Amino acid sequence: MSRIGVVTFPGSLDDHDARRAVTLAGHEPVALWHAHESLQGVDAVILPGGFSYGDYLRCGAIARFSPIMTEVIQGAEQGLPVLGICNGFQVLCESHLLPGALIRNDVRTFVCRDQPLRVDSVDTVWTNAFTPGQQITIVLKNGEGGYVADPDTITRLEGENQVVFRYQQDNPNGSLNDIAGITNARGNVVGLMPHPEHNMEQLTSPSLDGRAFFTSLERFLGAAIVA
Amino acid sequence: MARVIVDVMPKPEILDPQGKAVTGALQRLGFDGLTVRQGKRFEVEVDGELTDERLGQVREAAEKLLANTVIEAFDVRVEQ
Repeated sequence: MSRIGVVTFPGSLDDHDARRAVTLAGHEPVALWHAHESLQGVDAVILPGGFSYGDYLRCGAIARFSPIMTEVIQGAEQGLPVLGICNGFQVLCESHLLPGALIRNDVRTFVCRDQPLRVDSVDTVWTNAFTPGQQITIVLKNGEGGYVADPDTITRLEGENQVVFRYQQDNPNGSLNDIAGITNARGNVVGLMPHPEHNMEQLTSPSLDGRAFFTSLERFLGAAIVA
Repeated sequence: MARVIVDVMPKPEILDPQGKAVTGALQRLGFDGLTVRQGKRFEVEVDGELTDERLGQVREAAEKLLANTVIEAFDVRVEQ
């Protein structure tokens, strides 16, 4: 059983669901407070969805400078598994742990739906239990999910197999190249707009595709221990 | 006390859905031929004398926090 930290910022919404998902996956959730400076020795960190600091200035821009993020950034640079979901993805981009940025949806409305995705990279800590090209469905709910980056960055992401998830059927928010999620060069940091923590239980989910995120993490951590 | 203005605008190549919405609303109101891009204006009150060093700090603050230079350009100027 691994200890997985979930950071709560002022305005986080899905921190409870993320901790619940950790429990459902058989791990120990560790609540981390944005104003603290210790990760309490967790094996991985989830930055959850919501509207940290009211989305003031830009989504994730103020959360990025909260005390706990200094530790998260340092840990991520040393290989700590970090998963950013929705607002958490925005925080990762603002932190420059992931390239690019997320802007308001091109449809100008909040989008909430069960979103078909294709898994394009399984070479990450959080997706190695999927099969390449696997079609999955994950809950999507956001107002600012349009992924943008300069052409060189997009070329690099595509060339280095760092696009992890791609929107299928129609693009919900104008993201370049239908990008729904990306990873860093090392594969330990993954950010995506859809919410895998909502796809853990039959009762409330159209799929259980969120579980494989945790299976992937287990495999990685297990392999790390063996190594 | 000096006042420094920081203007932040989405880069030209970045889609500006808010500006598009305002442009559309203006057209519906009969204001033809007006295309809007929407940005942000920050008014920064600087304590003490506004030296080049202090102005440099405002510039640094703009680059670090007020603007995300991945998607936005900023301009810093002293208000007379």
